[in-house]
Parts: sequence; C-alpha cells; structure tokens
Amino acid sequence: MTGKTNLSIKAVGGTGSSQVAEFPYRETRLAQSADKQVEFRSIEKRYGHHQVLSDLSLSIKRGEKLSLIGPSGSGKTTVLRILMTLETIQGGSIWIDGKPLWHEERNGQLVKASQQHLRRQRAKIGMVFQHFNLFPHMTALENISQPQRIVLGRPRVEADVQALELLDMVGLRERAHHYPAQLSGGQKQRVAIARALAMKPEIMLFDEITSALDPELVEEVLNVLREIGRTSDMTMLLVTHEMTFAKEFSDRVLFMDGGRIVEEGEPDQLFSAPTQDRTRSFLRKIIAAGQRI
Amino acid sequence: MSQLYSFLPMLLQGLVTTIQITVVAAVIATVVATVCGVIRYSGWWPLRAIVGIYIEIFRGTSCYVQLFWAFFVLPLLGVTLSPFAAAVVVIGLNVGSYGSEVVRGALKAVPRGQWEACVALNYSTWHKYRYVIVPQAMRLAIAPMANLMVDLLKITPLVSLVTISDLTYEAMVVRQQTGNSFATFLTILVVYFVLSSAIIAVFRRLEIHFSRGAETFATNKEAAAT
Amino acid sequence: MTFDFDFALQVLPDLVRGFAITIQATVGGSVLALALGLAFALANRSENRLLRVCSGSASEFLRRTPLLVQLFFIFYVLPDVGIVIPPIWAGILALGLHSSAYMSEVYRAGIEAVPKGQWEAALALNYHPVQTWRRVILPQAIPPMVPALGNYVVLMFKETALLAVITVPEAMNTARDIGNSTYQYTEPVTVVGILYLLISIPVVLALRFIERRVHQEAA
Ligand SMILES: Nc1ncnc2c1ncn2[C@@H]1O[C@H](COP(=O)(O)OP(=O)(O)OP(=O)(O)O)[C@@H](O)[C@H]1O
Ligand SMILES: [Mg+2]
Repeated sequence: MTGKTNLSIKAVGGTGSSQVAEFPYRETRLAQSADKQVEFRSIEKRYGHHQVLSDLSLSIKRGEKLSLIGPSGSGKTTVLRILMTLETIQGGSIWIDGKPLWHEERNGQLVKASQQHLRRQRAKIGMVFQHFNLFPHMTALENISQPQRIVLGRPRVEADVQALELLDMVGLRERAHHYPAQLSGGQKQRVAIARALAMKPEIMLFDEITSALDPELVEEVLNVLREIGRTSDMTMLLVTHEMTFAKEFSDRVLFMDGGRIVEEGEPDQLFSAPTQDRTRSFLRKIIAAGQRI
Repeated sequence: MSQLYSFLPMLLQGLVTTIQITVVAAVIATVVATVCGVIRYSGWWPLRAIVGIYIEIFRGTSCYVQLFWAFFVLPLLGVTLSPFAAAVVVIGLNVGSYGSEVVRGALKAVPRGQWEACVALNYSTWHKYRYVIVPQAMRLAIAPMANLMVDLLKITPLVSLVTISDLTYEAMVVRQQTGNSFATFLTILVVYFVLSSAIIAVFRRLEIHFSRGAETFATNKEAAAT
Repeated sequence: MTFDFDFALQVLPDLVRGFAITIQATVGGSVLALALGLAFALANRSENRLLRVCSGSASEFLRRTPLLVQLFFIFYVLPDVGIVIPPIWAGILALGLHSSAYMSEVYRAGIEAVPKGQWEAALALNYHPVQTWRRVILPQAIPPMVPALGNYVVLMFKETALLAVITVPEAMNTARDIGNSTYQYTEPVTVVGILYLLISIPVVLALRFIERRVHQEAA
C-alpha cells in the first residue's frame, strides 16, 4: 500500500442519510501508538435528526481507568454502547488495538465489518449494565458459566470452577444456585460483574452500575470495583454519578455535555480546579444536591 | 342409549383419526408459527411482507373456506393431495398463521436488555436464540399456544365436511343409523371436552417447566432480606 | 384449468346475496353473544356459589368443544324435543352461545381492570348495586373492551360459513350449490374467499386503530 492512498470509509448502518467519512487510512494507522488501546475518531451519532455525539474524539491507554461524568442526556451511555457495538455510528471510526471496530480491511479498502470481525473485536470488551440484564431463567452460577462454555468453548468443569471463584470474589458463593429473582439488586449487580469478568475482557465498560440500587447497596458493589481496580490491569471505562468514587478510582476523568467532551483531566485537577464554566456549574449542582466531592 | 354401544368401535375409529389429524396438524402449526414468527420479528423485509400476506389471508377467511378450497379447487389446478394431507396442511397453516403472531409477540416481549447482554457477552446468533431468547419467549408463548392448540382440535370436525371419517363424521353416521341425536352428539361433545382439557393440562406442565427462575415477588423479597 | 372471470362475474350477484344472510347471522349472533357474555361474566362474579359454578363450567364447556358439533347438536336435537325453529335461528343460537363464552372472558378482564377505588367511591356515595354497575363500572369497563369484543365478532363473521352445513343459504352454501350444479368450484369458492377478506380485513384494521387509540388514552 502506498503512503498516498486515501481510503474512504462507508458509514455503517444507522438511520437517515448514511454519510461517508473520509480520512487518510495510513496516517491513522501510524498515529496509533502502542499504548493507545481504544481510539474514537470524530464520531458522529444521531437518532433520526437528534444529534447525540458530534465530532467526538477520545483515546484510552491500555490499563487506564477512565470515568465519564456529565449531565443526563450528555451522551455518556451512548459512548459505551457504541464501543460495545450496541449502537451503530453515522460517521467517524473506532479503533481497538490498531484495528477498526466497525470496519475491516479487504483488498485495501475499508468495508463494513463482517460478523466474524465484530465478534473478534467484541471478545476484547465486556460490559456491565445499569439494569444488570442477568438471564432470569438461569441461576447465578449458570449465568457466569454458560457464556464461558458457549462463547469461549471452555469445558464445563473449568467454567463452573471459574464461576465459583468469581462468585467468591464478589462474596456470593453461597448464592450460586439462586435465580436472579431471588437476589437483591446489589447481589444481582455483583453477579453481573462476575459474569462479565469471566469472559476475560481487556476492556470493561460500566454504565452507572449503582444507580438502579437502593443507597445501602451501593457500597457493596463499589467495593467489588475497587477490588478489580486493585488486582487487575484491565482498561476500565465507567460512567458514574458517584463523584467521590470517580475521584478516588480513576486515572482520568472526562466531563461531557451536549454530546461533546468539554473538559478532561486528572481527577484532582478536574474536581478541584475545573477550567471550563460548564464543568464548574455541573459540579456546583452536584454539590448542591448533597454529594461530597 | 344402549344401542349406542354397538357403534362404539366406529366412534373409536373416528377418535383415532381425530387425534392423528390433531397431532400432525399441531406439529405443522408449531413449525410454521415458529418460522413465520421469527421472520415477522426480525426478517428481511420482502420475506416479512410475504409472510404478512399469508397471515392475513389465513386469518381473514374461515378454515372451512380454506379446506373447501384445498379439496375442490387445488385438484382442478393440478395439485392433488390425499384428503388427510390436505386437511392437516390446511389446518396447520390456519393455526400457524395465528401462532406466528403469538411467537412474534413473545419474542418482542423478551426485554431489550437480554438481547444486549448477548451482544456484550459475544454470543453468536444461534446461541443467543438457543440459550437466552427462546427459553424466555417459550414461557410467554405457552399459555396462548395452549389456547391455539385447543382451537386446532376444535376445527378438526371441519374435515368431516370434506369426506374424512373423523369423530364427528362417525357421529353423523351413528346418528343417522340410531336416530338418537341427543346421545350421539352429547357423547362426542364430552369426548372433545376431555381432549381439550388434556391439551390444557399438558401445556400447564410445560409452562411450569419453562418458568425456571420466574419466582414470585415474595420469595424475591425474602431472599434479599437474608 | 384457468380462472373463468366471466363465470365469476356471473355468479357474483348470487354470492353477494348469500353474504347478506352471512351478515344477518353475524349481527344476530353478536347481539346474542354480547348479551349472554355479559350475563356469564356477571354470574361468574355472583355471590351465589351454585350460580358461579354453573356459569363457570357452562362457559368452559362451550369453549372446549367444537362449534360445528354444537351447531349439529342444536340443529338436530331441538326438533327431537319439539322445538322447531328455522335453520338460521339454530345457527345464530350456536354462534351466539359459542362466542358468548369467549366474550365473558373479555368482560371479566375489563371489569377487573376498573380500579377498586371506583367500587369504594360508589359505595361511599351510597349507590345501589345496580346503579354502581350501570353508572360507574360498566361505562368505564366497556370502552377498552371494544377491540377485543370486535375481534370475536370478526371471528364469528368468518365462522358463519359453517351454517352452510345446516342448509342456511349463506355465501358458502351458495358457492357450494353453484359448484355442485355447474362442476365449477374454483370461481365461486375463490370469490367467496375474496369477499370474506374484503370485509374482514378493513374491520380488523379499524379495530387495530381503535386499540392503539385506547392504549394511547390509557397512557
Ligand atoms: N434509542 C434512542 N432513541 C432516541 N434517542 C436516544 C436513544 N437513546 C438515547 N437517546 C438520546 O441520546 C441522548 C444521549 O443519551 P445517553 O443515554 O447517552 O445519555 P447519558 O449521558 O447516558 O444520560 P444519563 O445520565 O441520563 O444516563 C439523550 O438525549 C437521549 O435522549
Ligand atoms: Mg446513561
């Protein structure tokens, strides 16, 4: 491939007019340095005529713990859902380990990714949802062990052992044979975390995993997150309204508003000395609502 | 009443035919309902449109008209089926058209989060349906399916109008020979009632089987408290 | 073998006349079913246990046995016990009875959907039970039932084809007679099928529209 070729990327799926985002393919690849595990490049996301993300660029280092904060509707969830391939994009591209997520290279052209390509890329990513999304017809143990068996092809015994170890880690070993309907919200969310971990992702996405919980159950889930943060070098991307936790846990915090990244920085800097007015007013509201930062 | 006993073998013969038709048509209806329901839920649009037309045609006319058409018109168009085959295909397609809406509804009722969890866990399409969606949709589809299967049994007497010797046909013969309409029809009404009840009982068992994990709110609370 | 359009056109007027009878039977059966269904629903809620059990098992029996056999029963047994009525009345009776068992379930669900507070308010205002039903409960319960009841009417409309077997000269019977005398079944039976679709599909679409409206108002 010569250095001059400009490859065009077809926008993938989505509603409305499909746009064509063009960019110099080769340069991008060179720019992808080793420590950048995930890269969003000029992402455009619309629902019908409603622009949710505009020209959003973001790169995440391997092993980084990144928190996304911002007012409701600012597009935080959308960022995670796009990375998990739960939403399509209308423009831009996403790169994981130097390979595009929604596209793949065929005959020197970037074309819409095949199912195999998507599945290969997805295998690196895990997600924990706000509303758990445990499978109601399976016990806690089955919820954790079945995906390992059918997706990763692990033998049953190995998958069950792994599942029990993870249940141990989240403090729910004795709940192994309970169905989700028999667990409290906090317990469900801990099982869901264990289920995602069992797939050994390199990147984990957490979308407000404590906001559907009663206040007294929040801490037990956050403790599990602390434990993971301490013991693993996974890249972690979390959307949260728990500012104290974001400050303590993350290497970097992003403040989003209106589908753009307004400000980013190390937690100490961003929380104590924000440079943007919008960040300041958001943090003031949070404090007024009673949270300590 | 006693003279009816001598006609019992005839009625039994008819009963066997009725059961055969019911079972074969039920299998056809279930397959058709599943395939068409999945297409209606998530198919490629031209396929979805074709299935939609099939459903509207079969739901818009009486099964009697459809049977009559299959028996008297299809042969004239050069399609010859045995009466039994024509009967089970028409009944199967008729009930299947209602069933596909049941299947579509059940798939739609599986919460979005379940589909999304499958993406996040990287399930293949086959595994997604096999292990997550179908088991949950089954639980929702079983009660309406039970009703449909009772409906299916109840339209089988129509085959007596197109020369098949099912239970109702034999009853008509017995009635003519004995002149005892009351006893004859009461007998087979009871038989149909028992068959319907058996179908409902079987589906209740199935429903219990597929309700794994669907605990009551009370047990949920209880467990959470401990 | 092709479709003979001229012949189809030629038999069309007879078939349309047949449909007039089909519609008469549907209207008659619906009126009976709507009234009897409500009676079943009220009896099922009655405080008299015997009445409850009787109406419950009667409607269950009607739901679990075939319409065609019920039709035969009424058509052949009534004359035996000295009740001679025209075939169309026997047909309306069978259609109405069969359908009422289903409609009673619609009424039941609709009545149960009226909030408990409405009963309590009526009691607190010292309404007579009849007034409570007539002025408070049924006016709220019935509008949301319209789509479901309508679907059973459409179902009955299609099932009137069965009356052909008890010599009622409705559309299907007319088509069969034409076939028997001319040996041309394709055209009359196909035309009957199309006429059924032409009537039932618009009604079903209208019912779906009403259903959406009812849902929107509830939301
Ligand atoms: N499926 C959808 N269809 C249409 N609009 C949507 C859809 N999902 C999200 N949106 C819109 O996209 C915008 C961003 O949503 P997103 O869920 O990403 O916000 P968020 O920052 O996660 O907010 P919150 O803090 O409330 O979770 C919102 O305005 C929302 O209304
Ligand atoms: Mg969100």
